[in-house]
Amino acid sequence: MAKVKGDIIIDIEKCKGCELCAASCPQDSLELSRKLNSKGYHYIVKIEDNCTGCTNCALVCPDGIIKVYRKTEKKKEKIAIISNVTGDMTITVNS
Amino acid sequence: MNEKTMTEEQHYADVIAEESICTNENLVFEKTNVLTDTPMHYCPGCGHGVAHRLIAEAIDELDIQDKTIGVAPVGCSVFMYNYMDIDMTEAPHGRASAVATGIKRVLPDKYVFSYQGDGDLAAIGTGETIHTCNRGENILIVFINNGIYGMTGGQMAPTTLVGMKTTTTPFGREVEVMGNPLKITELIAQLPGVYYCTRVAVNNPVNVRRAKKAILNGFKYQELKKGLSFVEVVSNCPSNWKMTPVESNKWMEENMFAFYPLGDLKVPANQPAAGKGE
Amino acid sequence: MKELKLMKGNEALAEAAILAGCDGYFGYPITPQSEILEYLTQDARKRTGMVVLQAESEVAAINMIYGAAGTGKKVMTSSSSPGISLMQEGISYIACAELPCLLVNVVRGGPGLGTIQPSQGDYFQAVKGGGHGDYKLIVLAPSTVQEMVDHVKLGFDLAFKWRNPVMILTDGALGQMMEKVELPPQLPRSTEAPAWATVGKPKTRERNILTSLHIEPDKMQGINLHLQKKYRDIEKEEIRFEKFECDDAEIILVAFGLVARICQKAAQLAREKGIKVGVFRPITLFPYPYNVLNKLADQVKGFLTVEMNAGQMVEDVRLAVNGKIPIEFLGRMGGIIPTPEEILHKLEEKFVGEMV
Repeated sequence: MAKVKGDIIIDIEKCKGCELCAASCPQDSLELSRKLNSKGYHYIVKIEDNCTGCTNCALVCPDGIIKVYRKTEKKKEKIAIISNVTGDMTITVNS
Repeated sequence: MNEKTMTEEQHYADVIAEESICTNENLVFEKTNVLTDTPMHYCPGCGHGVAHRLIAEAIDELDIQDKTIGVAPVGCSVFMYNYMDIDMTEAPHGRASAVATGIKRVLPDKYVFSYQGDGDLAAIGTGETIHTCNRGENILIVFINNGIYGMTGGQMAPTTLVGMKTTTTPFGREVEVMGNPLKITELIAQLPGVYYCTRVAVNNPVNVRRAKKAILNGFKYQELKKGLSFVEVVSNCPSNWKMTPVESNKWMEENMFAFYPLGDLKVPANQPAAGKGE
Repeated sequence: MKELKLMKGNEALAEAAILAGCDGYFGYPITPQSEILEYLTQDARKRTGMVVLQAESEVAAINMIYGAAGTGKKVMTSSSSPGISLMQEGISYIACAELPCLLVNVVRGGPGLGTIQPSQGDYFQAVKGGGHGDYKLIVLAPSTVQEMVDHVKLGFDLAFKWRNPVMILTDGALGQMMEKVELPPQLPRSTEAPAWATVGKPKTRERNILTSLHIEPDKMQGINLHLQKKYRDIEKEEIRFEKFECDDAEIILVAFGLVARICQKAAQLAREKGIKVGVFRPITLFPYPYNVLNKLADQVKGFLTVEMNAGQMVEDVRLAVNGKIPIEFLGRMGGIIPTPEEILHKLEEKFVGEMV
């Protein structure tokens, strides 16, 4: 089972705080900051660390200011149990 | 403040501590370079931004930046050329499709599109729109319909819904006085010169993907020289609808989509459809 | 060996467009110039590959010109007075975006729907603006069918030299009448796009934007100052005129276009009666030969300006002369063309009594 981990980078200086990204985030991980950027807008920040990198926020962002990253980490999976082995044994794995 | 809420400093500190995945190899989405870095002048939540981006992405993906000429209208998107890194001409109000015709006729192998709002395309420019479509010019027209005149401050548009309040229909659009909203896309779909006609929206990720497909089709079909592609984007106008962006999208879904249903109006045979929106 | 042909003015102009290597014509039928579109739809496309399109209106036609001119191609339109009025918005945009193109106005009488007969009633519209804002067209006024031909290439040359729309201001009579013309050789159509043209942006250059919108006051004033500088330069370099027996003249008839030819006949009749009359014909109406007229005023008793309108160019004649000598005016309207006899009569009535 692959674990997907995502993250985003928001260009907060260009954010107008429309919150359309927050509305489209399936993980509810975006929220308006209480701070203002230099244009006077409250900007969007990621408040949860549960991003899956689904790109929904970036797709609906009218200002094109969200970069999305996604990494799929393969868990170490158990493929065989070897026990009670005596004598020589060769294991080869075809990639 | 929510307990869970972190400050930005904490957030980024955490990201760094956790070993950021924000590296180029993990990058799955960023703004295309066909969009310039100029911040758009549009109001927060305005659909123009996404529509611009989808056109830019289509140009980027098809690798036709050096073969594309755009025509900007008069209306909120009059400054579109500030945001698109392509050659562009800014047309007189309503005449974008005629300007695009002139360009395409003398440069038939280039990709030409016009980008027009509802006042531009369906009121002052109706004649040019209908005849450009009817001649089957091999261009793409992207029609942004938000039912209002945005740039001039929220007056009634030809596509303003019945009962909808604007600064020139302060008690709501009355059919007896102002007539009915114009479904110009339905009119256009019937013209033989139109090869592809669809209505999309950019209010949610699914619709954005479909809108992108439609715009990609509109560019690709130009190679076939079989007629005009017309993509209506039902959009919002939070400022003049006097709603938050999120509310405006909800209002659009409940009211605009009911009168301007999303979906293909004309799809060429054997060509992929963009499908129906949500 | 020169090729001479007997041709109608409108058709000669259309033929000249093909021969000049015109890339595109966009127009809409209106009397008395529909022959231009009709002629071009015959075989222009076959001969040179030139685009010829009948638009749905003059409004659409001028905007097709705007788009096509923006690609750096040699493009033109033609119309007559009411149609040219409809084009004014687009012409203003084209002038501000500094795009070269050729506009032809085969003038008919106005105002309103007016008449389909010849007139010079669009002088102000052509020379003083017509559309909104401070802009100028380079305006050429042919007086023969031969000049209807020659001014096409000249017009394109000036348009591209100055990145400015050029108008041929002619009239219904010149458009409809037949004369012998010498046709120029076939020139190639345009091949290379100018640096400013919107033809698709390669990675090697910045994007080209053609716009007339400049919201910042300083920028917009800057654009205006740039345009005005260009117009002053045009005034220095491009003035064209013709003098007919002006050297010893005591009275000079000032007229443009077809009327100048009628004035030549009137001058001839006057000289037969012993009155020394010359004719001055501006060929460029913008830039206007103010200084030449001003100098001529020093040697004559007066000017008689003759026009097929209520008195339009006469205002520029007065500006040129600045009160030095009397300026008289004879105008005919409604499609009536002044006769040499009535010009002579007016001239005698106004000037001869005063002469010793």
